Amino acid sequence: MKKNGILSRAFLAILFLFLYAPIFVLIAFSFNDSKSNAVWGGFTFDWYVQLFQNRTVLGALQTTLLVSVLATLIATVVGTAAAIGFSSMKRRPRSLFLTVNNIPLTNADIITGVSMMLLFVFAGQALADFSGWLNNTQLAENANLWFDFSFSLGFVTLLIAHITFDIPYVIVSVLPKLRQLDPNLAEAALDLGATRLQAFWKVVLPELVPGIVNGMLIAFTMSIDDFVISYFTAGSQASTLSMVVYSMVRRRVSPEINALSTLMFVAVLILLVVINLRQARQEERRKRQALRS
Amino acid sequence: MSKELIRLRNIRMAFDDEVVLNDLNLYINDKEFLTLLGPSGCGKTTTLRIIGGFTTPVSGDVLFDGVRINDVPPYRRQINTVFQKYALFPHMNVFENVAFGLRIPKVEEQRDENGKVVSRRKVKLSEQEIQDRVMEMLETVSLKGFENRKPDALSGGQQQRVAIARALVNRPKVLLLDEPLGALDLKLRKDMQLELKKIQQQVGITFIYVTHDQEEALTMSDTIVVMDKGRIQQIGTPEDIYNEPKNAFVADFIGESNIIDGVMVRDKLVKMYGKEFPCLDGGFAENEPVDVVIRPEDIDIVPVDQGQLVGTVTSVTFKGMQYDIIVDFRGFKWLIQTTDHSPVGARIGVKIDPDGFHIMKKSQYSGMFGDYSSYSDEYDELSDVDAVDEDEGAEEERREEGYAE
Repeated sequence: MKKNGILSRAFLAILFLFLYAPIFVLIAFSFNDSKSNAVWGGFTFDWYVQLFQNRTVLGALQTTLLVSVLATLIATVVGTAAAIGFSSMKRRPRSLFLTVNNIPLTNADIITGVSMMLLFVFAGQALADFSGWLNNTQLAENANLWFDFSFSLGFVTLLIAHITFDIPYVIVSVLPKLRQLDPNLAEAALDLGATRLQAFWKVVLPELVPGIVNGMLIAFTMSIDDFVISYFTAGSQASTLSMVVYSMVRRRVSPEINALSTLMFVAVLILLVVINLRQARQEERRKRQALRS
Repeated sequence: MSKELIRLRNIRMAFDDEVVLNDLNLYINDKEFLTLLGPSGCGKTTTLRIIGGFTTPVSGDVLFDGVRINDVPPYRRQINTVFQKYALFPHMNVFENVAFGLRIPKVEEQRDENGKVVSRRKVKLSEQEIQDRVMEMLETVSLKGFENRKPDALSGGQQQRVAIARALVNRPKVLLLDEPLGALDLKLRKDMQLELKKIQQQVGITFIYVTHDQEEALTMSDTIVVMDKGRIQQIGTPEDIYNEPKNAFVADFIGESNIIDGVMVRDKLVKMYGKEFPCLDGGFAENEPVDVVIRPEDIDIVPVDQGQLVGTVTSVTFKGMQYDIIVDFRGFKWLIQTTDHSPVGARIGVKIDPDGFHIMKKSQYSGMFGDYSSYSDEYDELSDVDAVDEDEGAEEERREEGYAE
C-alpha cells in the first residue's frame, strides 16, 4: 500500500477543510471593513478597536478570567489531594471512585449545567426558608437579629460550577504521575529523617508537578471556553465572554463577535499547543529514562 | 566478639492471613556484616523492613541497643536504607540527594534517668558542614566530580553508589541493604561486592544485607542467616553454613549438594546404598536414619574396580574450570565436578574421603532436595537474572492493595 496515495491525501484535505473552514471564515471576516458577513469590504482592525471599547465585553472578560483563574487554582489543589487519596486506596474502592470521577468528563454539559442550576436554586430556596424560620423564632426577636442566608445565581455559583467540572480533569492528569512514582521514594525520605509531611513536600510533590501543571492548563482551557454550564449557573448577574457572544448573536450579528471569537479561539489554541508540547516532552523523557534503566 | 545491637524477639508478621514471619528470633552484633539469605518469599525483605521501621510486626519485639523500637518511626531510627531500585530523588542532583538527610533539622532529646524527655532542641547543620560531609562521602564512594549530575544521567553502578553515600552520610549505626546489586550486571556486581565489604570495614558500622544470591552472601558476610518460609533455617559464618549445613534446605541452597538417604551405623560410620563408608561425624543414635551431604567437588572419579560406588554418566557440561557430570547411581542422580572428562554412557567408579561426608539429622526438607535428575532445569532457573523476585512482587502487590501504612 502506498503511504501517501492521492485518495488518502484528498480525504485528509477535505477533513481539515470541513473542520477549519468555519473558523477561517470567522477569522477573515473579523478583519472585514463592512457590516456584512457576506461581502468583503477591505481590511480593518476596527472591530477589534470597538470590541475593547465595549463595556459589556470588557466586564465579561474580567469575569471570565477571574472565574477561570480561581476555579483552576482551587480545582488544582482539591484535585491533586483527591488523586493522592485515590492512589493510596485499595483497588476496589479506587476503581469505584475513578468511575464516579470519569462520569462528569463524558456527561453532556447541558445535563451538568441544568442539574447544577436546579441544585443551586433548591439550596438557595431552602436557605431562604431556613432564614425566615430563624427570624420568626423568639431568639432572633430578643437579640434583634435578622438572618439572611439566601442566595441566588451569580458569580459564586458560577465559580462553584467551574471548580466542580475542573476537578476531574486535574485528577485524571495527576493520577498517571502517581502511578509512575517509585513507592520507595517516600520511604527513602522517611528513612533519611524526613517526617511524612516533609517527605511529601520535598520528594513526592516535585515528582507530581508536571502532571499538576498539565491538569491546571487543561482545567483553565475548559473554564475559559465553557458556555453551556456557565449559561445555566451564572444567572443574570454575571456573564462570561462566551455568554456575551451568545447574547450578541441573538440581537444582531455584528462583526465584533467575529473579533471576539477569533481572540478566544487563539487563546485556547495557544493553551492547547502548550499542553500538547509539554505532554510530548514528558513522554519523551520517560522513554529515555526507561531506555537507560 | 562485639556487643549486641539489634534483637528481634518472637517476631510474627502476617499480611491478611498469609504468615510471612513465624516466631523469628535473631540478634545482630555491632559492626557486623550480616546477610539475610533465602529464596523469594522467605520473609527476608519483610525482616529488613521491620528493622527499618517501614513495617510493624503483628507481635514480638524489635530492640535497638536494648530499647524497644517497635513504634519508633523510620525517621527517628539510627538506621538508613539502600533500596533495591535505589529510590534516588529524580529532581535533585547527586549533591542534593546525598545532602537530603543532613538538611533536615534533627531533634535532639535529653532524657533524665527514667528515660523521660527533659528537653528538646532542633539542631541544624551549617552549610559548610553539609558541604564537607557530602564531599567526603562522595569521595568514599568514588563519585567526586559527579555532584551536579541528575540521577538519570548516571549509570546503574553510579546510582548505586549515590544511594550508599546518601544513606551513610547520616552516620547511621546500621545500614540496611535490600538486594542492592540485583540490577547490576555480573562483572559490576562482583566489583561492588568487594567494594561494599571495603566500605563497611572503612566506616565500621553494622550492615544488614538481603539477597537471594548465595555466592554474594558467602563473599561478603560475617554472618549468614538462611531463611525459608518465614523461619530461620540456620545462622552461622559462611564457612559453617557451607561446611556444616543443618538441613537439606540449607545444603541445597548454599552451593551444590548431593543429598542421599543414609543410616548412621555408629559414630564415624555411615551406610548408604547398602555399603558402609567411614566419615568424621558423630553424635547420632545407633542406626539413626540421616541425610548424607556430599559436595560435588569432594568426589573423586576412579576406575570401576577401585570405586566405592559405580554409576553411569548421563550428561556432561563443560563449565570452563571444570566439567559438571551427572552420574546415575541406581536411579539417584549425583552431580560431580571434576577436571577429568568422562564421556556420556561411561561406567565410572567414585571414591569419597571421610571428610567429604556431612551428616544431617532428618528434617521436613528431607527428600525434597539433592537429586540432580532435573539438573538442567534448576540451572536455568538459577541463571535467570530477570526472574521476578516473588518477595518483592508480593510486597508490591500489597502496596497496590493499599497496604502501605
